[in-house]
Amino acid sequence: MQSKENHNHQTGFGIYIVVWLALLALTSITVTIAGISLGKYTLFIALLIAAIKSALVINIFMHIKFEEKIFKVFLALSGFTLLVIFILTFVDFIYR
Amino acid sequence: MANDIAAKSFYQQSTNKHTGILAWLLTTDHKRIGLMYLVSILTFFLVGVIIGVLMRLELLSPGRTIMDAQTYNSFFTLHGVIMIFLFIIPGLPAIFGNFFLPIQIGARDVAFPRLNLLSYYIYVIGAILALVSLFLPGGPIDTGWTFYIPYSIRSTTNISLTLFAAFILGFSSILTGINFVTTTHRLRAPGMTFFKMPLFVWATYATAWIQIIATPVVGITIVLVILERAFGVGIFDPALGGDPILFQHMFWIYSHPAVYIMILPAMGVVSEIIPTFARRTIFGYKQIAMSSLAIAFIGYLVWAHHMFTSGMSDTARWIFSLLTFIVALPSGVKIFNWVATMYKGSIDPQTPFLWVMNFIFLFSIGGLTGLVLGSLATDIHVTDTYFVVAHFHYVMFGGTGTIFFGALHYWFPKMFGKMYNKKLANIAVALFFVGFNMLYFPKFIMGYMGMPRRYYDYLPQFTPYQEISTYGSWILAGTIFFIVGYLIHALVKGKKATSNPWGGVTLEWHISSPPPMENFHEIPTITHEPYDFSQLGLPALGRGDEE
Amino acid sequence: MSNHHDTAIHHVHRDDVGAKMGMWLFLFTEVLLFGGMFLVYAVYRYQYPDQFHYAAMELNTTVGTLNTIILLTSSLTVALAITALQKGNKFLSMLMIFITLVFALMFMVNKYFEWSTKFSHGIYPGSKELLERPNGQILFFGLYYVMTGLHGLHVLVGMFMLSFMLYLIMKNKISSDNYVKLENSGLYWHLVDLIWIFLFPLFYLIQ
Repeated sequence: MQSKENHNHQTGFGIYIVVWLALLALTSITVTIAGISLGKYTLFIALLIAAIKSALVINIFMHIKFEEKIFKVFLALSGFTLLVIFILTFVDFIYR
Repeated sequence: MANDIAAKSFYQQSTNKHTGILAWLLTTDHKRIGLMYLVSILTFFLVGVIIGVLMRLELLSPGRTIMDAQTYNSFFTLHGVIMIFLFIIPGLPAIFGNFFLPIQIGARDVAFPRLNLLSYYIYVIGAILALVSLFLPGGPIDTGWTFYIPYSIRSTTNISLTLFAAFILGFSSILTGINFVTTTHRLRAPGMTFFKMPLFVWATYATAWIQIIATPVVGITIVLVILERAFGVGIFDPALGGDPILFQHMFWIYSHPAVYIMILPAMGVVSEIIPTFARRTIFGYKQIAMSSLAIAFIGYLVWAHHMFTSGMSDTARWIFSLLTFIVALPSGVKIFNWVATMYKGSIDPQTPFLWVMNFIFLFSIGGLTGLVLGSLATDIHVTDTYFVVAHFHYVMFGGTGTIFFGALHYWFPKMFGKMYNKKLANIAVALFFVGFNMLYFPKFIMGYMGMPRRYYDYLPQFTPYQEISTYGSWILAGTIFFIVGYLIHALVKGKKATSNPWGGVTLEWHISSPPPMENFHEIPTITHEPYDFSQLGLPALGRGDEE
Repeated sequence: MSNHHDTAIHHVHRDDVGAKMGMWLFLFTEVLLFGGMFLVYAVYRYQYPDQFHYAAMELNTTVGTLNTIILLTSSLTVALAITALQKGNKFLSMLMIFITLVFALMFMVNKYFEWSTKFSHGIYPGSKELLERPNGQILFFGLYYVMTGLHGLHVLVGMFMLSFMLYLIMKNKISSDNYVKLENSGLYWHLVDLIWIFLFPLFYLIQ
């Protein structure tokens, strides 16, 4: 029995290639920046670029942008929980 | 709807083409899988009980009584590992969640039936590995179930194999969680919106999320300890820079939410039993449903209250203490709503209801003593003493363990089509209460007096309390075996049960006892609230099997 | 979302959204698994910033970058494989999966050479050379081997899954109107890529 919500959204070849080029560009940016001394901002910028790359992979390659809303809710909740775990753990180590 | 005589039950009809034992071992029927879990889990529970009785026997008098110190260390470790990983974490979800979640939402099975069977076999493999580790050279693990570093890196006992067994068991838990979340979202009957689901379903759903998100963290912790022992990577070896407090963080990030895996399904069962035996709808349905989600989420934020004396920063300590007080609130909501449900209800004090009375008393004591532990100043005095041991036995055993029996007595007629001897059952409830409090209440006193936990020996001033506790263990263990006894007798010789012996209104009471293989001849369309007693098209007080 | 066909036979219903949901839930467990590892990394890097810096200089940034490009491209090809199949182009889909597998193999070969080079320099867990170094460096390499090792294991699992998908497509068990298994395998593969997206700067780009 077919489920009624037959997922028909097709992402064209073109969009995937554009996203891939963007990912390559971001990679070259992050490698180049690593060579420049940015002091205490280095880690933050590297993670920011990684986050942008992740957003592209998750939304387009993994298709979540086009899925039912519940998937995005799940992802947000899980990510938020992980973030909170990081923060609370660091509350210990930072304030020793 | 309840014309049972002609219809076949799921015992007689298999979902696969096999017959005999293979029809069970290769089944994908959630009901059969639930029953297989029941047999395995109950067996391991009884093993855990016996280990507990032997521990109490050792503690009957100071000094050596029946075993040496090394053996005692292994015993308390195994007692914890078996009770936690083989009984209480899988327990209610794997048995009653499997059996009743699909039925209560009007489905024919879970979303991934074959994955369900795999979950069961992974559980069995994990259990066997744990048992095997007892007998290999090196001897059984002796670190306590919490396997803190550095000792778990240094101990010469079979740490790696036991931990690997726990890792495998974690997979079983994760797969069950994935199955239940998907089932709840995708397989509800027409008309069953989220806010028309029974509260047991809400509880199982919230639990499933914890199983999914929290378990991997202990998974990686276990892997790191095994790798440390095998290759000396340094991550958990203080001599090489490893941080023991970081280990504790990683361990408790799972193990605290794990206790909510334990208690949430039990609270869900309580929310089922009370309306049925008060014969009125639950008070504050939405609040109870939301409180399950709140407990699941806030439960991730309190783990370091197990670490107040570990060496953490002061800032971390007061933040976690504050969060711990906050997590008590949604539990309080449930207790108040349950009591409010009983007010002006028409109470029918049958056996399941009596188990719930046990639960409310014992769990409340456990919960209130949790406040003593959650508050920093008092925790300093009682941490790692018998006070903690008493607290968690009251909440885990007095809470979830009690409801394990409560659920069994509530759903026994449905699962097996037979009724047990209610007189014996009610005696058991009372004996359980007496034995339980005799066993565990003295531990609060001993802890307050300074008796440390996991100690093989003790000072003479504790002897009278230790003795009472041991006698209590005999009454409690005896009662447990007594319960198993009369239930098995009921399976063989019990009176046939009707489809609705208690007068419940959730969907499982609309089908035959035991249910047919496909659960429903026709998938129902839901139009009313889950605990709507005014809609009862059934006999007023379904006691068709009364003697 | 249930069936209304009421037979006594236990029938298997098809629910693609449910299947995808199950896979996403499984991916969350992987995120938390590696998330726990990243937490350990974060704490130790916070405690030993300089030693991490020194140790990281011994990793080859070029190989790391190359591997990043390889994985990103393999994500592209697996995504293209799905679109190709949706459009009914079985050959192109299988070709794309095959290319993905080739990239995965290249990644593993690179990793093999990286690790064996380190081994030959005496840098591995428990080695005499490593144990003589400061704790921060021991931890860095401990984390390096565990995290890239665990990641590599997941690459292998992904390769196995994709090979199996190749077989299923060949046998027409996966087709243009029944491809959720391929989508799910793709999701797993993208996760493997995602983990590397974070591993790369954290191990190779600490300058």
